[in-house]
Amino acid sequence: MKLFKIRGGVHPEDRKGLSSERPIEPIPLPHLLHVPLLQHVGAAANPAVHRGQTVRKGDLLAERQGVISAPVHAPTSGRVVGIGRYPANHPSGLSVPTITLQPDGEDRWSDALVGTDDPFALPPEEIAARVAAAGIVGMGGATFPAAVKLNLRQRYRLHTLVINGSECEPYLTCDDRLIREQSEQVLDGVRIMAHALGVGHIIVAIESNKPEALAAMRAAATGRAEIEIAALPTRYPMGSERHLVFTLTGRESPARGLTADIGVVVHNPATAFAVHEALRHGRPLVERVVTVTGAAIARPANLRVPLGTPVAHLIEQSGGLREAPARLISGGPMMGQPLPSTRVPIVKGSNGVLALTAQEVNRREPMPCIRCGSCVGACPCGLVPLELVARTRAADLEGAVRLGLMDCIGCGSCAYTCPAHIPLVQYINYAKGEMAARGRARHKQIETKRLAELRSARLEAAKRAKREAMARRKRQQQAKAEGETPPLGNAEVGTNAEARP
Amino acid sequence: MSALGDPPLIAGPFAHAPTSIGLTMRLVMLALIPGTLVGLWQFGWPAINLFVVTIATAILAEAAALRLARRPVRPYLLDGSALLSGWLLAMTLPPWAPWWIGAVGGLIAIIVAKQVFGGLGQNLFNPAMIARVALLISFPVQMTTFVAPTPLFSADAPDFLGGLAITFGAQTYDAMTSATVLGQVHTDLGTGLTLLDILPSTYQLNQAAIGTVAGSLGETSALLLLLGGLFLISRRVISWHIPVAMLATITLCATAMHLVNPNHFLNPGYHLLSGATILAAFFIATDPVTAPVSARGRLLFGFGCGLLVYVIRTWSSYPEGAAFAVLLMNACTPLIDHYVRPRIYGRDRRGEPLAYGEDNQGTTR
Repeated sequence: MKLFKIRGGVHPEDRKGLSSERPIEPIPLPHLLHVPLLQHVGAAANPAVHRGQTVRKGDLLAERQGVISAPVHAPTSGRVVGIGRYPANHPSGLSVPTITLQPDGEDRWSDALVGTDDPFALPPEEIAARVAAAGIVGMGGATFPAAVKLNLRQRYRLHTLVINGSECEPYLTCDDRLIREQSEQVLDGVRIMAHALGVGHIIVAIESNKPEALAAMRAAATGRAEIEIAALPTRYPMGSERHLVFTLTGRESPARGLTADIGVVVHNPATAFAVHEALRHGRPLVERVVTVTGAAIARPANLRVPLGTPVAHLIEQSGGLREAPARLISGGPMMGQPLPSTRVPIVKGSNGVLALTAQEVNRREPMPCIRCGSCVGACPCGLVPLELVARTRAADLEGAVRLGLMDCIGCGSCAYTCPAHIPLVQYINYAKGEMAARGRARHKQIETKRLAELRSARLEAAKRAKREAMARRKRQQQAKAEGETPPLGNAEVGTNAEARP
Repeated sequence: MSALGDPPLIAGPFAHAPTSIGLTMRLVMLALIPGTLVGLWQFGWPAINLFVVTIATAILAEAAALRLARRPVRPYLLDGSALLSGWLLAMTLPPWAPWWIGAVGGLIAIIVAKQVFGGLGQNLFNPAMIARVALLISFPVQMTTFVAPTPLFSADAPDFLGGLAITFGAQTYDAMTSATVLGQVHTDLGTGLTLLDILPSTYQLNQAAIGTVAGSLGETSALLLLLGGLFLISRRVISWHIPVAMLATITLCATAMHLVNPNHFLNPGYHLLSGATILAAFFIATDPVTAPVSARGRLLFGFGCGLLVYVIRTWSSYPEGAAFAVLLMNACTPLIDHYVRPRIYGRDRRGEPLAYGEDNQGTTR
């Protein structure tokens, strides 16, 4: 098929060979699973179990709250030993609400889970409802509840489902392996999602550095005219949803909009696999494939990991550390985040655990910007990163916003290519965070003002009511004193104003 | 926790292209080597002396300024930017100029044009060109006295001691002086001669290409400089936009004017191969600090440089205009960068989000 060339981008050394030939392996259960209640974008789930309760694999642990939320299920059978707080899989290392499960070692699925033989007979809303109930979120790392995206057809006119198998981050191979090993199941999930979206056209897009995955997908899609398999050029950030859609369709989704604005919905192959599991077997999302790799890992591997497994357990199962890593990352090296400790659990969005050596990270002391424009050439969004950073450093955040700060997707191509080794993404993220904080502060100020005005209006109304009541009573007393029967006088007796002395 | 390395930087990426400022500078120097060697061989010991003096002064000035500003000296010296500035300046000097031309030039380039602005990355104007123009205006005689090539170890070439005498002594070398093509043409046109009279005696195109003509120390060998420039483009140290726009503009202007009056206006070959054209297009105008950052901005910048080079050479009182042209366009760089930006993804040129019509599978909300 005809592909369109995106602007900018970089070609980092992909280092996928470390783990790409290692089949997905199951791992022994750890002693404890720490299952956070917020593993997705949106509101945290609400505990549905109590301490000491025994659960089976797939039982509901916490239910979703609101539309943008996802439930959490038991990754194995065992006993709930704690509902409290535990360090999050987040650079801050802050504690978040977490359910701790002690596996009983039997790993028995719940009997209540039933799939359907023919998901295509279900109405689209029902599919979305089951996907929501299974706690499925975008598993490429964005963790947006998948069901919300499946319901986009209620608001947009959709025509194409794109499966984002580009896996453009270096090192990561979990999607590659999943597609290679379970192409039938992935494709089934894809078709179910297309049915839910009501689209007749499916494109499965895979970067051409994964020829085996491309071949597996082509074989699985043989004879299905509605499915196209696209071999993408290998270029980071090909997996950026908006850039992927441009590559495939030649059309840019509008700024601040969605790809649905141009009729396209993008899902990840691991999400498709989870949809297959949920619809065909009734199994909720309780495990995922994680790539454990990096030069500091003794035996890089692709592991099938129950959610809530501590990172340390994964590293142990991969032969441990060969040397002390310079960086320990969750996700890929380009957009992943440093892990605060190896105690933290694997969550729905964890696609990789990377232990990188100093040589791999290649960090140097930043030098002054020489305005070489490498970042401008590398930015896939058409921004001028060096200027965004100059404005940010000068505390001119509004200026940075005018230059397109909020259009930055944070892919890191600029910082990757900077010869001065300036941490451009760090500055840009700071500016975004600061702008968000200012937005919240402004919102809070407006809200405070509104509430204060409401309060004074309320107090004023109460005062007025009191005055009127007193005036009325006075009139009644005068009337009484004049010997007349008060008309309907008892009506006021119960009010506050009357009750106070 | 100790196994997690140093945590100060939170945002990625945690991988980096194998680049650095030092590497960039070293690649530029590598690309300069062939042209420089021919220049040094061509003009012999005096040129080598001047080359060394200029670069040494630039490096010492950089070290002194960094120390004065209490900045780390080692990392900034090792990045090679001062060395490169001195090198480029030396390339544009008359090869037998006295040592103090190189020394004063080195000081002007590093201290006045670079460190006073705040050092690496902060200067508005190309340091080497500021120095060259300051020297040209202050010392017009020394800066316009060129010699005919006398290759190293050839019969007419001064030996090592002779070279020292020329560079550091006051020995005159009137017998050796020779005008550059552009200079000769400029002077002779002023006396009312036509190109048909002037050129046959002064100029052969292939000599200009190889570099066996009178000229600045490192500007004569157009072909080797071009080769170095193409190497830089292939290694993505510079982008093609500025050189291509600049050379294309000079070619267009020269062709048009030459067609109008071949007796008075040099043909594009002379403009491309003489003087500082190639050096300026690939090595001077492409100085990242003083050029625009976007592709379209660079095209505009290159166009401006080319146009100004042609205008200055043809109608001003100076025979050569590359330095002036680059400096004038340096002054425009902030303006170009302000007005010429890439289009942001998902937005039109004015910065508004793209809007799709009903027919375009857009929203139906």
